[in-house]
Order: sequence, then structure tokens, then C-alpha cells
Amino acid sequence: MSGQDKISSSLAAQVLAEFEKDWRKELRRSLPVKDRMKIGRRPMPQREPAERNKDFSEVNLGLTAEEAVAEARRCLDCAKPGCIAGCPVRIDIPSFVKLVEKGEFAAAAAKVREANSLPAVCGRVCPQESQCEERCNLRKASGVAIGIGNLERFVSDDERRTGGGIVPELPPPTGHKVAVVGAGPSGLTVAGELARAGHSVTIFEALHDAGGVLVYGIPEFRLPKSILVAEVSYLERLGVEFRMNFIVGKTATVDDLRAEGYEVFFIGSGAGLPNFMKVPGENLVGVYSANEYLTRVNLMRAYDFPRYDTPVFPGRRAAVIGGGNVAMDSVRTAKRLGAERALIIYRRSRVEMPARVEEVRHAEEEGIEFHFLTVPTRYIADGHGRVKAMECLRMELGEPDASGRRRPVPVPGSEFAAEVDLVVVAIGQSPNPLIPQTTPGLKVGKWGTIDVDWETMATSLPGVYAGGDIARGGATVILAMGDARTAAAAMDRRLKQGAAG
Amino acid sequence: MPRVIRRERLVPNIHLLEVEAPEISRKCLPGQFVIIMPDARGERVPLTIADWDRERGTVTAVFMAVGTTTRKLALLNGGDTVPIFAGPLGRPSEIGQVGTVLCAGGCFGIAAIHPLARAFKAAGNRVVILVDVKADYLLYWKDRLEAIADEFIVSSRDGLYGGTDFVPRHVRDILGREKIDRVVAVGCTYLMSSIAETTRPSGVKTLVSLNPIMVDGTGMCGACRVTVDGQTKFACVDGPDFDGHLVDWAEFYARRKSYFDDEIRSLCAWEEERFP
Repeated sequence: MSGQDKISSSLAAQVLAEFEKDWRKELRRSLPVKDRMKIGRRPMPQREPAERNKDFSEVNLGLTAEEAVAEARRCLDCAKPGCIAGCPVRIDIPSFVKLVEKGEFAAAAAKVREANSLPAVCGRVCPQESQCEERCNLRKASGVAIGIGNLERFVSDDERRTGGGIVPELPPPTGHKVAVVGAGPSGLTVAGELARAGHSVTIFEALHDAGGVLVYGIPEFRLPKSILVAEVSYLERLGVEFRMNFIVGKTATVDDLRAEGYEVFFIGSGAGLPNFMKVPGENLVGVYSANEYLTRVNLMRAYDFPRYDTPVFPGRRAAVIGGGNVAMDSVRTAKRLGAERALIIYRRSRVEMPARVEEVRHAEEEGIEFHFLTVPTRYIADGHGRVKAMECLRMELGEPDASGRRRPVPVPGSEFAAEVDLVVVAIGQSPNPLIPQTTPGLKVGKWGTIDVDWETMATSLPGVYAGGDIARGGATVILAMGDARTAAAAMDRRLKQGAAG
Repeated sequence: MPRVIRRERLVPNIHLLEVEAPEISRKCLPGQFVIIMPDARGERVPLTIADWDRERGTVTAVFMAVGTTTRKLALLNGGDTVPIFAGPLGRPSEIGQVGTVLCAGGCFGIAAIHPLARAFKAAGNRVVILVDVKADYLLYWKDRLEAIADEFIVSSRDGLYGGTDFVPRHVRDILGREKIDRVVAVGCTYLMSSIAETTRPSGVKTLVSLNPIMVDGTGMCGACRVTVDGQTKFACVDGPDFDGHLVDWAEFYARRKSYFDDEIRSLCAWEEERFP
């Protein structure tokens, strides 16, 4: 996966041109660096844990305009900013932050949109602390980065509150037809980029709502559905067509769509195949994959049962197996659905947990119990095939494994049983095989991911590109969007060359 | 949104639904299913495809009105729309020339075996169709199935079709009388599991079309997992057809009934809202 560390020379030139504009110079002069460094980071306002762990409303409330401007003042507007290279979609971060400082929020939002089709989403779910904010020069100097994610969220929320994003003037239609498979983070991004380039884009989505993991996976309390609805409506205003309930590979294959006149394809069908541990009792009633549990609650709105028809077990004692963001989302959901005790069962220790620090902190504040160095070995049924207990084994950390993390090894004789009536297995997903199975000639790697050239995201089939979890096997929203931008650029080049030749 | 062409009550509680779905009608094959959701607050449920018309671009399913979703579907009329009608899902049934095939169906499965029987007949097999009804007035599609079958047998419990026994005895009789090379069974869990138990001693390959609870129907959630030959399978992408002799039926029964109490609660809530 190339190009993660450096920005292209053309982007560097654009960033520099913005940096040297008169208003930027004036703004830099208006407040000396040492005064900027005295301003403390504005914390993200959030709802009280005891209140929020009983409903599905959003936990984080967002910065006010005053707080956002104050936060933007902290940015030193460095001549050599580190943040942009930390962003997988390469937002010109200093430019948008300085527009916030000036109070030009709509222009700031438009600046973000140049590189990011889903700013309100990324402002909420990106791991900024290990990306842009990690590279922030102020963090290197003072230890506390600019709240770039909080500012991104602020400008996109402000844009939505004031009537929705400005649709840029579109070039004349090129007449080229593009098919995007999957309306998740990567598919929506490719669609936005190529629609802006004047191509006719259709997104084919298997489910009935657009968003992919953003709508079925990430809960309302972290990413309200209204945000997605707004982002999708923005794409519709760009001219993107959505074909919902259309399962590429089943309703029509890639070859069928090619015969219908689609010239290039982007496959962003995601990691929709849940992994299980293959331990006894995993198919008992009350044991869910995280995908099923979260889909029932988020996409199907089981939290509003019986007003909505899809049920879910509320669970009195809920155990969630895993230590990633999906595990955190699942366990906090179980708590909200009324679990008296909601446990995280994780086989390694706290420091190895892949979940974002903020998610872990929020979970702890909400009363989630963490059990580290523990694995379930068996689920035990009551008389009706329903889970009533789980048997676990304690682990200790041994030598580092391929991921560089110390491998957990079982402690002999440490078995113990715990009473549980709801189990959610959140140990990861594999790529969904529907498209690879039905697309002859598409090369697939050993984990079922589609093989791509990481410079262009091109697959083994001409005109077919792929990105996000179907190519990576399981990553983040923003990495999927970075793939999508790379693919969109290559797809645009291919269409234009085709048109010329 | 997909448009309903017609909804017709075939017999008490069993309805036919024909929906405009040109892409699905072009692609679907015997044994596949669609996911349908009756309205915006509804649940996604799988229905086996009972027939299709590629020229008119329609797909037909037959269902029994039991819970909230199917009760809602039973109130649809021609011209109404449904938010979701997606497919065709699942692997098509294996159709080949095997000799004599016994196609057994009950309830909605009487319609669901129709495309299977038709395909086995077209593939050059002798086709025996056995349908199970609780009473003679619950039999439907008799003419359509008789037109396909080399032999058509009805098992009804009110004696009007000769014999008052359950399906297993008919299956035993047929197996005792002639060589059967393949059995396919579609219907309620009891029908499928009891037929599988009946054919187990003779070892006749018996395929059942499992209909567990599903959510997305594309392999994404794993709600439909079933244990077959000791392995976990997803009925939506690995099935829905499995070897009935290898299915863990006890687990299947339990998982089918996962939400029994919730289903009643949901139905009561809906009835109160719909019929105040």
C-alpha cells in the first residue's frame, strides 16, 4: 500500500499556493505563535454517561461556533504541515482550519469537500489521533494536537444546518457510464468524485438504505442516520443514481452490467462475512455475530421494537467477544438495550485493543466491564437451545506474533464459567464472496480479498477497480475512502483516454 | 419501488404474491428465494420463488399468513408497492437426470416444489409429487402439479384424499413400492425433518430447502447459520438446499423459534395499530 506517507507534488504546490495567499499571511500575523500555543484544546462536549447509556441519541454534541474558532486559532498554520500526509484522502487541512478561524464556515466546508465526500461521517468516526492529529506539528511541540476531527465535524454540521453543501458547477456530461457496487464509504466516495468529473454514475446497493457499514454497523449514538441521509442527498444532487436492493452477482453480474453499457466498475462490496471462533455452542439461540446484532438494531431499528417489526434479544448479562470498534459499538448497544451487565471479553490486554481510545473511554464511562486476557471456549445451553452460560479460559501474553503484538497463550487449568444470556461475536469479518464468485477472471487473494494494484486500485479485469474492505480485508472508513479517491482518479483517466482513443 | 401485480388468497391463510421484478425474473432458477419487506417499518424475510414470467417480468411467491410480516403481505393488492423485493438469492437447486424424483411439499412448499418438479421433469426424470395438507380444502395448485407429475399423491388428514396419515407413511409406501433416486422436500420444519428421518435408513439422497430466520440474505449477518455434517453453514449463501440426513434438526428447530415471544408481541402491537 503505497503513498501513505508523502503527498503528491501537485497537491504540495496547491497547498503552498493557498499558504501564500494574502489573507493567510494576514491571519498568521494577527496572532503570534506563542499566543496561539497558550490556547488550550477545546474538549468535545458530550452527554452525561448515566443519561446517554439509556438511549440511542448521539453521545458527542459538537463544538459551538465560538469553540470552533478558538480551536482553529490554535493551529500554527505551519509552512510544512504534517497533518495532510496523515489524512488518507489528503484534505488541505490548514486551509480549511484557517477558514474556520476567519469565520468562513461554508468556505471551510467546501474546502473539505474538495477531498472528502463524507466530511460529517469522517469528523465523527475517523481515528484522527493516529492519522492527521498524530502528525500535527503542534502535537509534536506541545503534546496536544489541533482538534482537526472536531473541526471537520463542526464545518460539515454547520453546512447541513444552513441548507446543505454547495453543489459545485459540474462539467458538461461526458456520456460515460460508471457502475459502483456497494453504497458504503468507498462506493459513495468514488461516486462523488466521478459525478463531479461529469460521468454518469449508478450505485448498486444490496440493502435498502445507502451507507454500507455506516448504516448497518455504526450505531445511531455515534453516527446518526440523518447525517448519512444528508450525505446521500448531496450525491443525488450531484446526479448520482442509486439502485437499491440490487445485489450485483445475483440480480445481475458485472458482465451483465457491462453488456448494458457500463464502461468502468468500482467494487466496494465490503467485508460482509462474519467470522466465528468455531467453539462449541456458537449456534445457540442468543449468540449473534456483531454484523447481525448491529444490523438488527441499526438498519432494522430493533431498538424501537415493536414499532419496528425486527426483534433483538435485550440480554440481561451481555458478553461481547473482541476488542475492536465493532466490539465497542456492540457492547454499548447492549447496555442501551437494558443489559444489567455488559462485558467485553478480549483475549489480549488493554494496550493491544484495536478500538479507538475515545470509544474505549466512552464505553468505560457508560459502565461497560472489561475482561482482558480471556477467551470463551464453549457456550452452554438451557433446556431450550438458548445460551445461559459461557466457559472461558485465562490467557497470558507470550512472544510477539506476525502483527507485532504479543501472542496470547492459554493458562492451563484456568477455566471458569460465567452466566450470560446474550453473546455477540465481534472478532472480525472476511470479504463477502458474492462478487468474486460470480465474476469470472477476477483475481482473489488467499483471504478472499480482491487483488488490486495499490497505485490505481485496478483489479485483474480491465476497467474493474476495487477498494475498501473487499480489497483490504477489514480496515477503516477513511482508508476505504482513500482507496476510493485513488480508484476514482484512475477510472477518470481510463475513461478520458478511452474517449480520446 | 417494486409493484405488486396481484395478491390472491389461494386457500384459507395461504396467499400468492406476484411482483414486478424484471431483473429477478430473468435470473432466477428453481430453489432460489427473494427477500421481501412489506413496509418501511417491516422485517426482511425470505420467500421461496414459486414461479416467474420472464416476458412479463414478474416473480411469484406463495406464503402462509402467520406473523406480522406475512399478515401485512396478505393485505397487499395489485398496484401496491413494497420497499424491498431483492434477489434471486441462494444457490439454485441441483437439477439433473437422476431417474425417479420424489418432490414433497406442504403448506407454502406446495408452491415451492412447483419449479423444482417442473425442472426435474424437463431434465428427463420420472417425477412423483407428494403434497401434504391438513384438510382437502387446503389443497391448491392441484392442476398445475398434476400437469407436471407422472404421479400425484395428496396426503390429507381428513381422509378425503385416501388415507388419514402423515406424510412419512406415504414416503415409506412410495419407497417400498418403487426405486426412488432423489427426494426433495420443501415446507415446514416438521415436514422436512420427518421426511429426512423416513428416508435415512434407505440412504436415498434427500435434499431439504431450509428456511431459517434471515436478515440480509447475502451472507453478511449469519442469522441463518445451520449445522450440516458438523459444520456451520449459512443457509442464504451455502444453501438453502442441504442434505436432510446431515442437518442438525434440533438446533434448526430452536433457532427457528428464537423470537417466538417477540413475534406474538409484534403481531399484537400491529393488530392494535391496524385494527383499533
